[in-house]
Amino acid sequence: MSLNKTLVSMEYLLKEAPREKHFITGAQAMAEAVKRASVDMAIAYPITPQSEVMHLVGDIYAQGHIKEYYRAEEELGTMSAIAGAARAGVRLFTATSGPGLLRGLEAIVSWPGHRVPCVLGVLTRVVNAPLSIQPDNIEMAYLLHSGVVLLHAENQQDTFDMTLAAFAITEKVDVYIPVAVATEGFFVTHAKGYVDMTSEELAFNEPDPYAAPVPAMDNEVPPARIQRDAPVQKSNFMSYLIHSVWQQEIWDSNKRAMKYIYQYLGGPIEVQNPDADVFVLASGCAAAQAREAHRYAQEEELSVGFIKVRAIRPFPKEEIRAALKNAKKVIIPEHNIIGWLATEVKAAIPNSGIVVDGPRVYGGMTLPVELIMEQVYMALGMKSETLQA
Amino acid sequence: MSKKITVGPVGYMPQSAPSMGVELSPEGKALLYGNIVEEEEAMRDAAKALLTMANPTIFPGPQVLWDWKDDVAEKSAAILELASEIPNCKIIPMPDYRPKYPKIDAEAEINPNHPNLTILHNKIKAAVFIGVHCHYANLSLRMIRAGTDCYTIAMCAFMGHEEAMASIRDVHAEDVLRFRDILVQVRNELGIEWTAKMPPENPSLPKEDWGTLTPADYGEYRSLLMSKKGEHIADVE
Repeated sequence: MSLNKTLVSMEYLLKEAPREKHFITGAQAMAEAVKRASVDMAIAYPITPQSEVMHLVGDIYAQGHIKEYYRAEEELGTMSAIAGAARAGVRLFTATSGPGLLRGLEAIVSWPGHRVPCVLGVLTRVVNAPLSIQPDNIEMAYLLHSGVVLLHAENQQDTFDMTLAAFAITEKVDVYIPVAVATEGFFVTHAKGYVDMTSEELAFNEPDPYAAPVPAMDNEVPPARIQRDAPVQKSNFMSYLIHSVWQQEIWDSNKRAMKYIYQYLGGPIEVQNPDADVFVLASGCAAAQAREAHRYAQEEELSVGFIKVRAIRPFPKEEIRAALKNAKKVIIPEHNIIGWLATEVKAAIPNSGIVVDGPRVYGGMTLPVELIMEQVYMALGMKSETLQA
Repeated sequence: MSKKITVGPVGYMPQSAPSMGVELSPEGKALLYGNIVEEEEAMRDAAKALLTMANPTIFPGPQVLWDWKDDVAEKSAAILELASEIPNCKIIPMPDYRPKYPKIDAEAEINPNHPNLTILHNKIKAAVFIGVHCHYANLSLRMIRAGTDCYTIAMCAFMGHEEAMASIRDVHAEDVLRFRDILVQVRNELGIEWTAKMPPENPSLPKEDWGTLTPADYGEYRSLLMSKKGEHIADVE
């Protein structure tokens, strides 16, 4: 690094290092995490208005916190450049959103198979026509089957902590696939919240490119010239079986990330009031509204619990199954029309009939707590005061 | 002990060990048939397999085939010492990970695209993987479990491998020598008489005359030639 920083472990950085409270946007929180992650290279096509993240990362590059910043011509180029730079064993960060994510998706879905460790910020917004820049997390559905580890931040604090943790998780030898940190555009990226941050004099230990499950491509140090992705490059001659076990290996690596999600983030879910009859389960900024609905319910002494899902991939099936073991209903508010989280939960539990599909808002609509409470009252067999009334 | 991972062949489309609930062992422990055990227990079982099953073979990978960092030469020497204590042991390298075209010389090398071919051709019933990058080791070990009846042993520099019947993690030269010592102990317990000697030269590889060898002699492997540390090569393509 060009700045003199004290390099520390991620364990220390996340759990022990002194913190100071700041009032910043989610975009700033992500950039501040990047500042503390000893990032070698940031690559982006920072079109306005995805979010401010890559503009802010450009600022911290100018301040000397990052060694290199490459501005690509568009997102497929960005994501391809990430794959190329990863071969050199450097620590990488990029961020995108909405249509940009989908434009880069062809390269992104190839990252895990190529064993590309990097951190991808996903600042969600509408992807479908009519074009809009409003928040909507439907784009996360496209990442669910890509093989990447996918974390979903509730607020600015989560964005800071998850982004930092992502840099450690992605480089674990038994993981070594990308980690995406998603959060809602505007609701989190453009809104300010309190974030307890470590000193910027502290930074995560620099990467060891040789601690990897694939050869690092260093042409000066053998065994460097062993082609790293040889079977992919010579795919005509590879066996079908290696491709199938290769795919298994990516999903196994995704599964292995779970223990690090416990280590650095305290686990893939948070549960409040575990003995409740009715639960509100949510991820991302819908979890903030669900948390508030839980607080309302507590004030009204209703038997309502709250589950926040931090990890979307690997999906915490066992944890959710255990948390909902005795639940009579589970309400799943989401910021998208298809309800990808509800689908995931239904697939994870034996009694999917308890899932209430919604409430859902999309296209930039806000998610009023009252909308969730209406479902809570209905689930408890109570009379509700509808928003329409 | 119930065996979560067993010697194959487990079938056409193998289920991966992690998807069967096998997790990597923590530091200081090992995996044996998918269960977390003490290192010595795994080493003893692995040693017994190498001593009692047909055609025991060590598959060294790129990380121990080239002298590319400080501890490699010591580790490679320890692997040779281990090999010398295993009766009739062969060493068949996995020098790189490229598919072999038009077909592999199964007596000369093993390759992650079709490791089963080398195992089946040489009728190998027990094998050690060491120095193979984890990604390719996992692929190979799973394919071997799918299509062969070979007992696999992973000696990994990092966290080990769920797919192997016995998996030892954080392996350095001294761990290889410790495994050698345990193997000798088990060999004595089994009453197998053996005088330590190096495995035979690989009969499939042509004799190399180091005095006249040029890069051209390496054909398609030319790009893999490495300079030694500190050696400056002025003559390039």
